[in-house]
Amino acid sequence: MKIAIASGKGGTGKTTLSVNLATALAHEGSVGLLDCDVEEPNCHLYLKPPFDATEPVGTLIPVIDEDACTGCGLCARACEFHALLALPGPPLLLPELCHACGVCAYVCPEEAITENERQIGVVGSGLVNGIYFRWGRLNIGEARSTPVIQAVKDLDTAPPLDTVIIDAPPGVACPAVETMRGADFAVLVTEPTPFGLHDLVPAVQTARQMSIPCGVVVNRADIGDDRVDEYCAAEDVPVLLRIPDDRRIAEACSRGEIFAANDPSFASMLQTFASDLRARIHQRVTL
Amino acid sequence: MSGPEQEPTKGVSEPGPTVSESEPAVSEQTPAAPESTPKQLVVLSGKGGTGKTSVVAALATLATAKVLADCDVDAADLHLVLNPKRRHHETFISGKEARIIADRCSACGDCMDHCRFDAIRLVVDADGRSVYTVDPISCEGCGLCARVCTSGAIEMLDAERGEWFVSDTRHGPLVHARLSIGGENSGKLVTLVREQAVSLAREIGAGLILVDGPPGIGCPVIASVTGADLVLAVTEPTVSGAHDLERAAELVQGFGLSLAVCINKTDLNPDMAGRIREVCTARGLSVVGELSYDTAVIRAQVEGKSIIEYGGSPVADQIRDMWRILEDRLEEPKE
Repeated sequence: MKIAIASGKGGTGKTTLSVNLATALAHEGSVGLLDCDVEEPNCHLYLKPPFDATEPVGTLIPVIDEDACTGCGLCARACEFHALLALPGPPLLLPELCHACGVCAYVCPEEAITENERQIGVVGSGLVNGIYFRWGRLNIGEARSTPVIQAVKDLDTAPPLDTVIIDAPPGVACPAVETMRGADFAVLVTEPTPFGLHDLVPAVQTARQMSIPCGVVVNRADIGDDRVDEYCAAEDVPVLLRIPDDRRIAEACSRGEIFAANDPSFASMLQTFASDLRARIHQRVTL
Repeated sequence: MSGPEQEPTKGVSEPGPTVSESEPAVSEQTPAAPESTPKQLVVLSGKGGTGKTSVVAALATLATAKVLADCDVDAADLHLVLNPKRRHHETFISGKEARIIADRCSACGDCMDHCRFDAIRLVVDADGRSVYTVDPISCEGCGLCARVCTSGAIEMLDAERGEWFVSDTRHGPLVHARLSIGGENSGKLVTLVREQAVSLAREIGAGLILVDGPPGIGCPVIASVTGADLVLAVTEPTVSGAHDLERAAELVQGFGLSLAVCINKTDLNPDMAGRIREVCTARGLSVVGELSYDTAVIRAQVEGKSIIEYGGSPVADQIRDMWRILEDRLEEPKE
């Protein structure tokens, strides 16, 4: 099963849940953890893998054969992302704006455009603490993270995995959607505050629009008010787990420790949570 | 790792008139007296949930003559504290979206073969026929499918990617927005919010724009900070907070912008707070505020108040002190 751990609001505890859940399940079978928050990846700070992310991730950009180019400007006019500027002579490429859609090469009547890889980030993977861990990092200054997210989700070189936990970036824009795509279940982590509730609503809508079943984890469960519960009840979204506001968890987290590794009752709570998820996914598949 | 390249990034965000212009950007239609360009203070964090919006709400309570801009268009929360009254609302249309006209489709599948974004799906309709459709969440609007279609069955429509608003609040006007789910062009929506805030500030003679920024370091963040007079990064004393601050600082300093740091919940882990201070010193950054961990901040949020309005918390005084430093920093000539 593939579980995306997502949230509208940042800092609700996605990474904390992801690394603790992966740790709690590491003995039950083969577990994978994918850190898809490639703008600000954090899982590695907790797992402390003995490997870095060094494999380059590229995106395609046009390469213009200046001898063949007649400077007609068709490519620049066809580019919806304004990544090519028509100039007298060959167009000017603004690589950060390019979406690698291939329209420019398609429209060029002189076949003067080919495509080439441009590196925008790195990925890395390997085994750590019995977990298959894969993560990526977007180069600083790059605007589009989706190609790096896709590279993190590429499990072609991974061992067979029973459970894949996918740590998503915050929000509901393209990076979060790219991360959630293909997941069997979306776990939406929130906190019981007005901000938490307000950002949970679009996260639920996103999962529904993508036809991914979802449920809510309320983190720091007693700090705010009851409005998240009221919303979940009204919208028929299951509340799967409540994690208490425990300063010990917060402090362990702040030091980069995985609380479940040293607290059997917390680990067992997460194992129960995982079996509940498995049952929900199974039930949906057999319906 | 490649550093930020100035030229292309300008294209990503195209900020409105910025203070770097030597002449005030007064349009020809408004022959008013020369207006001063408002200063822009952008609050961001790298890591989400460190307290950006709570800090912005508090600064909004303290600053006078300003316009507020919520550039976290993906998870805009500032209005929850400010209880705004909307006075203007517009749809954000940006880019295109493909639509397949079923009657004209010959079902050749060329569009699906060419689409780089996996946005064209073959689905079975109610009558049991296989039909090609566009998944609007995946479609980036490049138009390749419409070009390859020999039946003229694909049209490119203007895409609605969200909405933006101008509202009145008890702490001044607020420009805010909401990006659609899976929204493309979040950077452009951020730029639009900032441009609207600048023109609004000029209109009412406000000297400051206070920007609540998004988390991360990608497209909307780049669009939020470009041309800012001062960036305030709010972090927390955790391994994640420290790590994400460094990446955000590299981005902001790479653009040559002035950056100051606020450590929120500083007493949660004093050792880590110390490490963040060391990182800041090494990067030539000053820590302009350290805020205590206080549950009053959440209680204030639940009541729809800033911590300054809620009162009775050491955090309120700490933010007052920080604001005095920020005000001085904003007066300094831009680097």
